Amino acid sequence: MSDQSIKRHTMIAWMEDKPGVLNRVASLFRRRNYNIESLAVGHSETPGISRMTFVAKGTDRDMRQIQTQLDKLINVIDIQDVTYEPVVMRELALIKVKASNGSRAEVMQLVDIYRARVIDVDLDTLIVQIVGPEDRVASFIKLLSNFGIEEMTRTGRIAMVRGPKSEKQIEVEEAVSSS
Amino acid sequence: MSDLKTGGQIIWESLMKEGVEVVFGLPGGAILPAYDDLMKYEYPVHHVLVTHEQGASHMADGYARATGRVGVCIATSGPGATNLTTGLGTAYMDSVPMVAITGQVPNSLLGRDGFQEADVQGISIPVTKHNYLITDIKDLASAIKEAFYIARTGRPGPVLVDIAKDVLQATTEYEYPETVYLPGYKPNLNAPDPASVTRAAKLLNEAKKPLIVSGQGVSIAKAEKELRELAEKANIPVATSLLGIGTFPATHPLAIAWGGMHGEAYTNYAMQDCDVMFAVGARLDDRLTGAFDLFAPNAKIIHVDIDPSEMGKNITIDTPVIGDALLTLRELLPQVETTEHPAWLAQIREWKEETTDRDILTQETDELVAPYVIQQMWHATNEGDAVIVSDVGQHQMWEAQYFYHTKPRSLLTSGGAGTMGYALPAAIGAQMGRPDEEIWVVAGDGGFQMTMVELSTVMQERLPIKIAIINNGFLGMVRQWQDVFYNKRHSGTPLYNPDFVKLAEAYGIPAISVTKKEDAYAAIKKAQEHDGPFLIDFQVEEFTNVYPMVAPGKSNVDMIRRPMPAGLEDEA
Repeated sequence: MSDQSIKRHTMIAWMEDKPGVLNRVASLFRRRNYNIESLAVGHSETPGISRMTFVAKGTDRDMRQIQTQLDKLINVIDIQDVTYEPVVMRELALIKVKASNGSRAEVMQLVDIYRARVIDVDLDTLIVQIVGPEDRVASFIKLLSNFGIEEMTRTGRIAMVRGPKSEKQIEVEEAVSSS
Repeated sequence: MSDLKTGGQIIWESLMKEGVEVVFGLPGGAILPAYDDLMKYEYPVHHVLVTHEQGASHMADGYARATGRVGVCIATSGPGATNLTTGLGTAYMDSVPMVAITGQVPNSLLGRDGFQEADVQGISIPVTKHNYLITDIKDLASAIKEAFYIARTGRPGPVLVDIAKDVLQATTEYEYPETVYLPGYKPNLNAPDPASVTRAAKLLNEAKKPLIVSGQGVSIAKAEKELRELAEKANIPVATSLLGIGTFPATHPLAIAWGGMHGEAYTNYAMQDCDVMFAVGARLDDRLTGAFDLFAPNAKIIHVDIDPSEMGKNITIDTPVIGDALLTLRELLPQVETTEHPAWLAQIREWKEETTDRDILTQETDELVAPYVIQQMWHATNEGDAVIVSDVGQHQMWEAQYFYHTKPRSLLTSGGAGTMGYALPAAIGAQMGRPDEEIWVVAGDGGFQMTMVELSTVMQERLPIKIAIINNGFLGMVRQWQDVFYNKRHSGTPLYNPDFVKLAEAYGIPAISVTKKEDAYAAIKKAQEHDGPFLIDFQVEEFTNVYPMVAPGKSNVDMIRRPMPAGLEDEA
């Protein structure tokens, strides 16, 4: 019943927005030796509840371990593996790229093709912003690296299940309001 | 305003609301306001002053394991709190309900490396079920309420509440909350999914060679009676984990001892050969299973545990049943058919007889060997009518092999963490919780010395604890590994011991040493007859090792067996 192959899984966790919660999550990942590729956390629609998307690599059984161990943390309200769900996934990157007189036009053209945006201009550099699935972000970065990337920051993947409000979302809201 | 309470008062009044009768602690700067407030109460919680905070944590643990109630320890900031961590880790590994209260530097010094400041919340994250840092008095009462609730419900565990000193001194209106708000806490208090129970029953009914592995979860859920009903109804042999000892009477005809690294050979053969294993309240750790991939290779495994993260953590499970052991057994019992398994039970009996041939006690020797001491203790305690608190090492394994526990909560020992030095302080906690019980410490000479400073606590509280040191002059179990895996190179294992009799006497505890086999029983009797604590230094044969032994990473059938005694080799 269980897939033995190692693959990337996308997980969403809903957590109480309290000091130290991220520390608990990070501590768990570290001490249980889980292979986490990215992690993004911020406010959810519910005050006091933050929402984390993280990407982990492993078998289905590894993922069940991560899920159940994480769920044991008192401040973690719920967790969902959305790898097999219809889901939209996005990442945002800011890239400071060299763009002198000779290369500026070419960089701008790539920005256009990738539907990225220039958000800051300096004499020899541009800061460009790209939002999209990670593979598109990655290929954009690869192309920009030919011009010389001076600085870069990426948010990591965030994800949301398509369609009406998910059952998990309803469970989370019930847990928060009834407990 | 007379109804304003200080943070210190809130601690004590909340503990009293939780029914706490005794706490184990040691004061210091950051927790002092709470200690001062303790004196405001006419009938306060009884405070046991310990000698070292590690002792406080093991005492709270021993109290909790002996009684099933939440054990409480208290310490000051910095080193006081870090000294608790060994005990927290011990309790966490063995699912023991505990609340630790620690003082922290005041808010004004937090994060500034103040005197005796340590990040106790950060340090204790991996060794607690949950923890709190309280920097505002309005959060204090609810944190204590939640701490007790979390510690004792679901899979129990230790919870730490770290409180800034100025919070202890501040005042507020106090009301102990009736309920907790914990939206993320899922203790699995309900009965398991009925479909999973039905699947389990079907497997058990179809089994030709079924086996129960009973763990401490049965004791936590108080499901010993139901476990026995299941075993007797379907004639299923019952093995236990080390911490499961006492969940099924060791003298019962269906009892087949405990399995694993130093489990009896016949128990390991039965675990490896069964076709359906019903593991209940046991987390199937590496010391029980041997190599994970080679464990019970022909068995369909039913795993009953209240903690979903235990399912498939180490062993591939066929039928997970997530729930409390008692609720699960109650659902399961009517669905299990009355059966007998004569061929299977006969096979196990045959294995067992072969084990008896190799038993160390059937090998003739005039020497005082540790298993003999344990056997005499069992006889002297009216065949097991006592609580044994064992330390960690060879003596712990012999105790578990030769003391036949028939009662729940009659063996307290550090299983998962393997914490040397556990026994003496844990016995103090156990005796505080069960004052009328005969309590024995069984400790090696190495482990005993790690926490023997608590002998002063024994005397201070006038506790009639009996102490048996199994003294072989070595860190015995480590020495055994050197014998087996390191070509007998005894690096760092011979001990330079004090005179334990004089040591005990320095504390005012009468003591004798025993060097001869024929004196062992009388010495135990003498200790029992003495009205108060008593210490016996059993100077046992040095080089006896524990058998069988499964090397780490090997299958449980791949045992190093005790050699056959002379004269029996031919039949083997």
